[in-house]
Amino acid sequence: MRVLVAMSGGVDSSAVAGLLAEAGHEVIGVTLQLYDHGAATGRKGACCAGQDIHDARRVADHLGIAHYVIDAEARFRDAVITDFADSYARGETPVPCIRCNQTVKFNDLVALAEDLGAERLATGHYVRRLDGPEGAELHRAVDPARDQSWFLFATTRAQLARTLFPLGGMPDKAAVRAEAGRLGLPVASKPDSQDICFVPQGTYGDVVARLRPEAAEPGEIVTEAGEVVGRHDGIARYTVGQGKRLGMAAQAGGERRVVVALDGARRRVVVGPAGSGTRLVRLDEVNWLTPARTLRCAVKLRSGDSLRAAEVVPTADGAEVHLDAPVLAAPGQACVFYQGTRVLGGGFICPPQPV
Amino acid sequence: MTYLDANATETLRPEARAAVLAALDGGGNPSSVHAAGRGARRRLEEARESIAERFGGRPSDLVFTSGGTEADVLAVHALGAGRRLIVGATEHDAVRSATRGAAVLAVDGAGVADLEALRRLLAEGGPALVCLMLANNETGTMQPMTEAGRLCRQAGALLHVDAVQAAGRVAVDFATLGADSMAISSHKLGGPQGAGALLVAPTLSAGLAPLIAGGGQERGRRGGTPPLPAIAGFAAAARAAGGAAALAVLRDAAEQGAVAAGAVVLGAGVPRLPNTTCLALPGVRAETQVIALDLAGVQVSAGAACSSGKVARSHVLDAMGAGALAGEAIRVSLPWCAGQADVAAFLLAYRIMAARLSRRAA
Repeated sequence: MRVLVAMSGGVDSSAVAGLLAEAGHEVIGVTLQLYDHGAATGRKGACCAGQDIHDARRVADHLGIAHYVIDAEARFRDAVITDFADSYARGETPVPCIRCNQTVKFNDLVALAEDLGAERLATGHYVRRLDGPEGAELHRAVDPARDQSWFLFATTRAQLARTLFPLGGMPDKAAVRAEAGRLGLPVASKPDSQDICFVPQGTYGDVVARLRPEAAEPGEIVTEAGEVVGRHDGIARYTVGQGKRLGMAAQAGGERRVVVALDGARRRVVVGPAGSGTRLVRLDEVNWLTPARTLRCAVKLRSGDSLRAAEVVPTADGAEVHLDAPVLAAPGQACVFYQGTRVLGGGFICPPQPV
Repeated sequence: MTYLDANATETLRPEARAAVLAALDGGGNPSSVHAAGRGARRRLEEARESIAERFGGRPSDLVFTSGGTEADVLAVHALGAGRRLIVGATEHDAVRSATRGAAVLAVDGAGVADLEALRRLLAEGGPALVCLMLANNETGTMQPMTEAGRLCRQAGALLHVDAVQAAGRVAVDFATLGADSMAISSHKLGGPQGAGALLVAPTLSAGLAPLIAGGGQERGRRGGTPPLPAIAGFAAAARAAGGAAALAVLRDAAEQGAVAAGAVVLGAGVPRLPNTTCLALPGVRAETQVIALDLAGVQVSAGAACSSGKVARSHVLDAMGAGALAGEAIRVSLPWCAGQADVAAFLLAYRIMAARLSRRAA
């Protein structure tokens, strides 16, 4: 069949293109130009395309498949970068990779696949798409170290039905590199990409400051009672649960304090005792990968977090998550529902309602 | 495969191919004193004479370059020194990137330069260099060059004409064009890539300031050993080029068929290159159209291809006020050897694509 493969120029998506081509499919490679690489790295006159686009084209040349570069700069700026900065300015902790997957990748590329008469979109994500009685199901990758299911919870069931994730069943990254090497791909030993793609060298605060300067302005660190206990250098540098960058406010009477809330409107960082938290977390923009219903399941509130037992209850405009044990949840992060290896849905964590 | 992207590069003419191979075997450096050098020099000068004659210039006023871009940049460098720059809004990037900060000469909805605006711009200050293309690469729109040249002469301005797309497709005669310099390119008229030329007015050609001084080749106007095989192929292609008017019949058939399938023609109703049409499909991204047609074996283009390969938004169509259609238009440019089968293959693929994508866009 004709398959559209989203090729980033990295080893994972290159291996996907190679494996599908080897299996006899008509593979069409596409690489998204997400931002002006020359401008992002601050090199004057540099080409708008980075090394990754060059690498993707060389892999496609090697495989003898058609390859196209898609201009997604405006879409990425609006749907991902602006949202990223706005979210920080509101006092949230955004996950730009989820926004990108949700919009530029799965919404737009599934549509492009349809436009081009391709039956499937394939990506190099480490998740599994399995067929179940309710249709396509999203499952964690076989390799827990590589699992990206948390980042893909917002993929709709219709999108999932048209998608392939050939790496979800791979035992580990080394196996993927070995396949890339066996196929002779020029990126087989290319290092993994790090951090947020549009932020050079991890200076995400600069990106936020350029778009939403108020999020980088200093302000007060206060206790939940409103007592000013310190100063901060921009709320975009903080996330709920954080204990660093608090200076003198990090301790009170020998007790460690952490960020418990961020007040975007007043540019305040609110601190409280470490170990505090809530049992109720509200979600919006919930994506259900099973018919919406009250679920007893495990939830994950951050990409690196462990699973926590909870009950999820659908509401008119989202869902309520009732955790067995209190937790500090960061607004803007995702809360993903798991049962075993299967992802049943998820949503974005809302700021606590004012009391 | 159906190749309909001649404005990106023409299909190589058999005469040009033969001339390239003969020159490769001929060897020699035109600057050398010995017999091999003399042979190479003779072939170089014969090519120069042939191309100059073909386009109405004197051989001594023709400077070989690496291509159209270098010829444009050389003209701006040599003729623009100490002058204000006035540049057509739809010029090729070869000119635009060499003239940053220039006054922009607006065009109308069909891409034709506004001569009243040119008159005003010329009256605004001191001596100017005006850069205007004879025919546009994306729409084929021709500029009213005779009138533009007259305005420039009256105002004491110099005129550089980018004739890269026009040469070989419509009658181009430097002597009567009224321009002070004119850029042409080998591979846009069926020769090999790697050679171009700048024709310069007799009064300006002798002391033309080089971009690359090197060893003083081309009478000190362009250093570096000339690529003789490319130049020989260029001359052979220039001699063979012509008769493109017949392509207009095929182009019109392609255009009418596309319009019946929902396309809108941009740049219609004015003098155009006979081989070019710019077809917008409302609501469908140009990028998607180019990919869909390529997958169906029909090769066209859109906008200006960046080195990344992404389809950039067209500054030409933006300047024409095309609005959203600027991002929804493809360029179909028939090569010199196109026939009815090419048009039929194009229309078959176009109709299928338009039916599928227009429905989704609606």
